[in-house]
Amino acid sequence: MAPSLAAEVRALVSRLDRDQRLWLSGFLAGLESQTQPAPAPVSVPETGRPAVTVLFGSQTGNSERLAKQIADRLTERGVRFALLDMLQCNKSHLQDAQHLLLIVSTHGDGDPPERAVPLSELLAGRRAPRLEHVRYAVLALGDSSYEKYCEAGRQFDARLEALGAQRLHPREECDVDFEAPAARWIDAVVGKLEQSLGTTQPRLHVDPADRRTASVSNAYTRKNPFAAAVLANQHLTATGSTKDVRHIELALEGSNMHYEPGDSIGIVPRNCEQDVDALLERLPFAAESPVPADAHTTVPLRQALIERFEIGPVTRPFLKRYAEAIRSSELAMVAAASDEEISRFMRGRHVADVVAAHAPGGLEAHAFARLLPPLAPRLYSIASSQRSTPDEVHLTVSIVQYESFGRARRGVVSGTLADLTSEDAVLPIYLHRNPAFRLPADPQTPIVMIGPGTGVAPFRAFLAERAEAGAAGRNWLFFGDRSFEHDFLYQAEWLELRKRGLLTRMDVAFSRDQSSKVYVQHRMLEQGAELWRWIEDGAYVYVCGDAQHMAPDVHEALLKVVAEHGGLDEEGAAEHILGLQQQRRYQRDVY
Amino acid sequence: MPSNPINPSKPLTPVSPADRRSDVSRPLEELHPNERLKHRSRFLRGTIIESLADPLTGAIAESDTQLTKFFGIYQQDHRDLRDERRRAKLEPRYQFMVRLRLPGGVLQPKQWLALDALARENADGTLRLTSRQTFQFHGVRKRRLKRHVRGIIEAGLDTLAACGDDNRNVIATANPLLSPIHAEASALARRLSEHLAPRTGAYREIFLDAPPVAGDPEEEPLYGRTYLPRKFKIALTIPPQNDVDVYAHDLGFVAIVESGRIAGYDVLVGGGMGMTHKIPATFPRLGDVVGFCRPEDVIAVAEHTMCIQRDYGDRKDRSHARFKYTIEDRGTDWFRGELAGRLGTALEPARPFHLDSSGDRVGWAQGTDGRWHYTVFVENGRVTDIGERRLMTGLRAIAAGHHGLICITTNQNVIIAGIDPEERPVVEARLREYGIENDARCTGLRQTSIACVALPTCGLAMAEAERYLPTLLDKLDEIVRAVGLEREPISIRMSGCPNGCPRPYLAEIALVGKALGKYNLYLGASANGERMNALYRENIGEAQIIEALAPLLGRFAAERRAGEHFGDFVIRAGVVPPMLHGRDFQRDLAEAS
Ligand code: SRM
Ligand SMILES: Cc1cc2nc3c(=O)[nH]c(=O)nc-3n(C[C@H](O)[C@H](O)[C@H](O)COP(=O)(O)OP(=O)(O)OC[C@H]3O[C@@H](n4cnc5c(N)ncnc54)[C@H](O)[C@@H]3O)c2cc1C
Ligand SMILES: Cc1cc2nc3c(=O)[nH]c(=O)nc-3n(C[C@H](O)[C@H](O)[C@H](O)COP(=O)(O)O)c2cc1C
Ligand code: SF4
Repeated sequence: MAPSLAAEVRALVSRLDRDQRLWLSGFLAGLESQTQPAPAPVSVPETGRPAVTVLFGSQTGNSERLAKQIADRLTERGVRFALLDMLQCNKSHLQDAQHLLLIVSTHGDGDPPERAVPLSELLAGRRAPRLEHVRYAVLALGDSSYEKYCEAGRQFDARLEALGAQRLHPREECDVDFEAPAARWIDAVVGKLEQSLGTTQPRLHVDPADRRTASVSNAYTRKNPFAAAVLANQHLTATGSTKDVRHIELALEGSNMHYEPGDSIGIVPRNCEQDVDALLERLPFAAESPVPADAHTTVPLRQALIERFEIGPVTRPFLKRYAEAIRSSELAMVAAASDEEISRFMRGRHVADVVAAHAPGGLEAHAFARLLPPLAPRLYSIASSQRSTPDEVHLTVSIVQYESFGRARRGVVSGTLADLTSEDAVLPIYLHRNPAFRLPADPQTPIVMIGPGTGVAPFRAFLAERAEAGAAGRNWLFFGDRSFEHDFLYQAEWLELRKRGLLTRMDVAFSRDQSSKVYVQHRMLEQGAELWRWIEDGAYVYVCGDAQHMAPDVHEALLKVVAEHGGLDEEGAAEHILGLQQQRRYQRDVY
Repeated sequence: MPSNPINPSKPLTPVSPADRRSDVSRPLEELHPNERLKHRSRFLRGTIIESLADPLTGAIAESDTQLTKFFGIYQQDHRDLRDERRRAKLEPRYQFMVRLRLPGGVLQPKQWLALDALARENADGTLRLTSRQTFQFHGVRKRRLKRHVRGIIEAGLDTLAACGDDNRNVIATANPLLSPIHAEASALARRLSEHLAPRTGAYREIFLDAPPVAGDPEEEPLYGRTYLPRKFKIALTIPPQNDVDVYAHDLGFVAIVESGRIAGYDVLVGGGMGMTHKIPATFPRLGDVVGFCRPEDVIAVAEHTMCIQRDYGDRKDRSHARFKYTIEDRGTDWFRGELAGRLGTALEPARPFHLDSSGDRVGWAQGTDGRWHYTVFVENGRVTDIGERRLMTGLRAIAAGHHGLICITTNQNVIIAGIDPEERPVVEARLREYGIENDARCTGLRQTSIACVALPTCGLAMAEAERYLPTLLDKLDEIVRAVGLEREPISIRMSGCPNGCPRPYLAEIALVGKALGKYNLYLGASANGERMNALYRENIGEAQIIEALAPLLGRFAAERRAGEHFGDFVIRAGVVPPMLHGRDFQRDLAEAS
């Protein structure tokens, strides 16, 4: 194929959404198998909006079968429709829907089928989209010998109505002998659809891309953060894990915030009030003592300690300043000790612990406060693509918790997240751009992603972005954590991406599942030949996560792979990797 | 696997014997997808080896889950954890159930020890005795699966055809050491099982690293590429015992003992338990007695019967694929003719026999050779330590010093068989030491109870069974004690769904799950397994179960005739009608609703 033609095809394909691409691939396959050229001219619609969206929620297959019957009827009539398992249906499908047909059964004790639970939660929650633009009809399957007959269908019906959708046709409830009533309902609904599609003008369609580029504004900063509602705060680690890692979803609606995969979100911290009060108990100052906030204003000490100063683990500069201020030669000696000694001293030692042992004699409240380091925002890699979840940003947060000096400690920000319970929690956030960590511009370029632990977060964003863009480049992910069963972050999603062919390869290392510790760098070495081949094919290599141990070990492994399979000596390998870095083909975001 | 519910309005029309509309003679494309899967699988190899090696998932490929069944391996997931893991974006907690082939339920003490060790090493630390007289392990993770099966094979046992569309574990009245007749029946069970076992080399390739056969390998002389339409089950019983529920299987053999030796066997065909709630075209069915055969002809009768089902069984609709439907649709005359054609001779006329009970006699029994046997009541077959009752540890200690055999019964109990009289005190001491002696205060109701596994492992369970029946029995025990029926062995069986794994439709009281906490209550089966029960109350919870049973048990205590069983009493009292034909089992119900 001529390069220009290829580019044209690519450009065309990149404008299609997933269903259209699926349709196109089927269309092409159909062409292949026919001896005659394609019969009818086919026009690729401008937008991917189906006229009818058929959603089914099924446990044992009855509803699914009925949904397929409807799909057949719509195909016969040439109606453009989308047929979706409720598990695959996300907010944008609902926003794009015009006519929504729902077929759902009831299970358990009046519950929706398992695969319908996420959608029913979406519709019931605060993230539910308004559906004034939708006309819908519900077919409910059930069994009248159960107490809550067709309950799931009833609930969906009520929720859609509450969200503003208009009923196209009344709900039908079908007992175990559902075939006949279902057929009647289908006839009636198809009839009404024909009427409705015949008369209504196609509504102006707002493409999500337009919505996004309409106005790009990132006015929010650490000083002036955006109050993002917390939409989800779920455990990613299973009960029994040695860790607690959360998947956090925040609402961006109304912020005009526009991020790209690779960016981070800054969260403005607040110290936990109990910790501040515990510190105040050990200080000889009144909680209201004035502390300067800027050149002109003061705030009470307690508030300053909550909002402005780091009171957690101490640092060497703080120890130095504090020793000097209180004239403690003992502390001054500690502060001057070797790196090794002082890090042993500092480990888990908070400001309150130091103050308890060395009272701030002779200091004023404001003078003491000035010694403390400022409370810095915490950054979290963005784990979502705005293209697939336009009004949301997702984070992957490992909760810091440990015990030291007889007290249970929590990280300032991650601890806050762990304790969030209220339905209407908000977090002060801002966008932290990271242009040094970006997908290759060419969607064909293969990428290798190395992200153990929470380091995997940006790669979830990368893959979502590539999926959404229809990027054809190969994707290889290395992931590691402690235990396969408990700590395989986003496992279900990776499996789904692999099934869809988007995740070309994935290698995993679970350090505690066998007697010898295995980490991602070991997997890289095992796959060295193949890894080298990818690099030779132009792959970009990304590393994200722990800066202390992981990043150097991974770098080491990469050097080895390049040396061994590229036939280079140590120096040559280092040079080669430097070259990759300069071409931006080796990017790291480590912390 | 969810089977296609058949259209409930479909009439039950008999099929003409010449009808070959949905059997193996049809082109593969017309048959159920599983048929194509089996056909393509290169005699059950599929991609099992690749699936086991995939490190990203604890599961195997969906198509492979159908194939591993033939090797006694079922993929399951821990259902209690489903919701949590779905929210955590983790795949379900996949794990495997591994079932043994153990004809007649007989094993050596050292094999018991090996299984006990494997359970603690690779599984959830318990052993589960099944209603087909064998063992199940639960909770085996994929990465331990191969070494687990290898461990079983190294103990001289195997898991071949313990599940799948093949001949399942052949069961027989328990304990070959009880008498020479028992020994003969047990040996026959073993020979039947060997004769009908699949021959594919896939088993050794996958689990023992035998070198792979290139291309399209060997033959299955009995089964062919597509094996059977569905599972096939054989049972042997020695009257008056009917512990195996001989009417409940595809093929049953009843030993006819004349002048102290087995003269031959009456042959029963077309029994089975499973059904789907509210689909009247599915039903449990009792086998029909079709004749009598000589001991030396049993293998041939079994082989040809299985092959008749192979050739005529429904391969389009798996919910209609069991032999019981082949027999129901075509009739026993057709079957007799078909069998006679294949055997070259007709079966002789059946001989009379008498069955008295389907339960086990727990406790001590003495065999004809003077040796002792102790049947330990194992509640719902779960061998584990609970509080003072240290069943698993105790049986391990006993097995370590035992020289006889260990037998599993079809009532999920275990027999320490062949104890020399001088060893008996030692075993007694151990039983007491570990708190596993049968409790004299245990009610007859509990002692004859069986529950299937159900939650959290069984993927088909709609309600609890094994985890719940003991608590329900605590309450029912009070009732039977209050009316003086504590010694009465009333059979009660609970299953988590209508598939019928604990053979509930042959229990005097059956509770069959409909949804969490909800059961259908069936009453009126005979105590000897010759008559099924009938629906009494639908979709009821614990309070209503007790409300329904308490007055009936009270009336039974007051009004029963001498020797009358509860199941017979409820029929005499008009509480439920006698259930005479399987095809009626769900029919009345459909008409009523
Ligand atoms: C363990 C056991 C029950 C017990 O508590 O003892 C059992 C357990 C299961 N049975 Fe069963 N069946 C067990 C004896 C039976 C029996 C009784 C018998 O064989 O004497 C029956 C009724 C007889 C019959 O086959 O008609 C039985 C009829 C079924 C059926 C319904 C089959 C049908 O054609 O109607 C299913 C479902 C299926 O096959 O589709 C089933 C399926 C299952 C499965 C494998 C569930 C599944 O398909 O996913 C269960 C595994 C649960 C678990 O977590 O362990 N099981 N199952 C029994 C093991 C037998 C063995 O060692 O081979
Ligand atoms: C660019 C970038 C991206 C990041 N992306 C992510 C991400 O995607 N996900 C994520 O979870 N984090 C990420 N981080 C880290 C994150 O910003 C925070 O540093 C982290 O969440 C801790 O913040 P905290 O306020 O909860 O804990 P803090 O209050 O800051 O406490 C952390 C401190 O507690 C001490 N400590 C921790 N454990 C122990 C222990 N066992 N014993 C003694 N002392 C201990 C250490 O001194 C540690 O520095 C990223 C950081 C950067 C710079
Ligand atoms: C375990 C179980 C629980 C059920 N609970 C209910 C219920 O509470 N209410 C109801 O109306 N139907 C109930 N049903 C009936 C189903 O909704 C009905 O069988 C339906 O046809 C299934 O459709 P599906 O195959 O699309 O899931 C239940 C079915 C099962 C198997
Ligand atoms: S009867 Fe019990 S073990 Fe058998 S399939 Fe149903 S729930 Fe599972």
